[in-house]
Amino acid sequence: MLSIKNLYVSVEGMEILKGINLEVKPGEVHAIMGPNGSGKSTLANVLAGKEEYEVTAGEVIYQNEDLLEKSPEVRAKEGVFLSFQYPVEIPGVPMVNFLKSAVNEHRKHKGEKELTAGEFLKLMREKMDMVDMHPNLTNRSVNEGFSGGEKKKNEIFQMALLEPKLAILDETDSGLDIDALKTVAHGVNALRSPERAAIVVTHYQRLLDYIVPDFVHILYKGKIVKTAGKELALELEEKGYDWIKSENL
Amino acid sequence: MSVLVEKADLTLKYTAHYNEVKKVLFEESSEILNAHRNKAFQNFVLQGIPTRKNENYKYTNLQPSFTPDFQFIHQKKNQETDREEVFRCDVPDLSTNLAYVLNGWFEKEEIRNLPEGVIFDSLDKISKERPELLDNYGSIALTDDDPLVALNTAFARDGFFLYVPKNVVLEKPVQIINLLKNDANTFSTQRNFIKVESGARAQILLCDHTLNLNQYLSNSVTEIFVGDNAELEFYTLQNQHNQATNLNSVFIKQGRDSRATTHTASLHGGMVRNNLKFILDGENAESHLFGMAFMDKKQHVDNFTQVIHDKPNCMSNQLYKNVLDEKSTGAFSGRIHVVRDAQKTNAFQRNNNLLLTDEATMQTKPQLIIDADDVKCSHGATVGQIDEEALFYLRARGIDEDKARLMMMNAFTHEVVNEIKLEPLRDRIDELVDKRLKGELAHCHDCAYQCDC
Repeated sequence: MLSIKNLYVSVEGMEILKGINLEVKPGEVHAIMGPNGSGKSTLANVLAGKEEYEVTAGEVIYQNEDLLEKSPEVRAKEGVFLSFQYPVEIPGVPMVNFLKSAVNEHRKHKGEKELTAGEFLKLMREKMDMVDMHPNLTNRSVNEGFSGGEKKKNEIFQMALLEPKLAILDETDSGLDIDALKTVAHGVNALRSPERAAIVVTHYQRLLDYIVPDFVHILYKGKIVKTAGKELALELEEKGYDWIKSENL
Repeated sequence: MSVLVEKADLTLKYTAHYNEVKKVLFEESSEILNAHRNKAFQNFVLQGIPTRKNENYKYTNLQPSFTPDFQFIHQKKNQETDREEVFRCDVPDLSTNLAYVLNGWFEKEEIRNLPEGVIFDSLDKISKERPELLDNYGSIALTDDDPLVALNTAFARDGFFLYVPKNVVLEKPVQIINLLKNDANTFSTQRNFIKVESGARAQILLCDHTLNLNQYLSNSVTEIFVGDNAELEFYTLQNQHNQATNLNSVFIKQGRDSRATTHTASLHGGMVRNNLKFILDGENAESHLFGMAFMDKKQHVDNFTQVIHDKPNCMSNQLYKNVLDEKSTGAFSGRIHVVRDAQKTNAFQRNNNLLLTDEATMQTKPQLIIDADDVKCSHGATVGQIDEEALFYLRARGIDEDKARLMMMNAFTHEVVNEIKLEPLRDRIDELVDKRLKGELAHCHDCAYQCDC
């Protein structure tokens, strides 16, 4: 599904990713862990198509096509979803308009009929229950005045609406209390299927208790320095990142 | 030195013209309009056509606008205008009383049942037939304060007149469509007068249009008196072509417990200057000033507001938003003056601007003059670009870049559009703004004149 080969990425002339290799097959969940500044968010943003990130070498193949030459909107419509670490507030853009546009753009891309307002509202209510979103939130502007937890839930809510093939969760657990964490994990797990894959970027092992990964990768100084099964997350939790740092001096 | 000579020359040109036509003006006008004429003209000569040395016109160079050889229309012509053009601007579902003003001259169009005592007619006519209704004509549009007002008062012949007597509520809005249409470059003078007496209520919608591609300069002055406990909503929709200069001065004096709201939407226009002055002349008066402008190419818009808090316990609020594209330029100057005894004043002002290119520029200048000590005043101004983070967020959900930009621009002005209380008008403006942002709008409809010049 996704194949990252020898990927080098710079931001404002600073090299952040230094030769990433990663294979994600349908049905798999990959966790990417690593200390601050190791390049985890950069990887997530590059996959979503953020323009400030300059790919200096390597390639990313998604569903047998070059992902990097596609615009962010095309990537989204072809099933790549980034759950933002810091979802932005957009005053004046009503949630409902935004969500309806997004859903219908996806449908158009797939050659499906656009949803009417009524059909959309029905779908929206259904998915809201799934992530336990307060109905009032959809009467507001996008993320405006949402608490940290509500913003993260809103990301998972959008994911549930758009049903991506490849979900990339960028520190979706940060700032969440244990109940919100469970809700978010439940939303992600509900989408797990043999056709879909997820990349879960996180600092902590905690989230992985609920979203159990098939693989855990440790990203350090722009490279994947260790890959193993879910037990790696536990080992990391126990030994801390210093263990990785000392091994990679 | 040469600039001075040029300035003097330009003013001389208008002086010569006045001397040429003043006989006709005096012969054909009402006494009350004539009573102000000569003094106004002297004041114009003293001030001259404003240059950028005039602090109030620092950001707007009007000299080029006054340079062409214009035809003036000092006498009413029997001119046919295309009815369809007039009705094109009718706001659907907003059944209004409709009149149009052609090159400054009032034409009744469709006046359905107005309440008893309400007068909606030509200023020329009413100033002759009912001069007592115009006893405070010229009392707030002061000719020694602004050369455009002076020039307007010197040339004033006609415009619209609206009188809403005590405690009368206008259920339907009154709509006036200002049309510029002539076979030569034309200078139009329009003088309007509105009196909403105590306890009365009125909603007024003005639409400014140009109907062909000649150069136009429209210099209009509107005096509005809002009585005690009266309510006024005054909407202006400006949509003229790039060869048009729209000089629009509005003066509003409010009595106690009154409420007045203005909305000025500049959708299109070569050079737009809106002078708006509020005088809060009674306690507990409330004023709301909203404005938005969408400019592109080399268009220029300048909103110059003054709110004079003359009495205690009043409230004023200003919100102006501009979207500037390509090489367009904008200016906002907002003056709040709280006089010595106007305690417990609340006065707020905000101006936000969105620049879509590196070449567009905006000048914004708040000015607070506060002579009382127990007041609450605030002002804020921002000039920024489209939030790239927000744009990426929308795109990352599958929304195309163009559509995402449009959503962001609409979002930016939505705060102002939302304040429009007349629902059909709000929907209409929403639609117009959307069209304007998509670049589809020339006139208020899919009109034949694609004013792309």
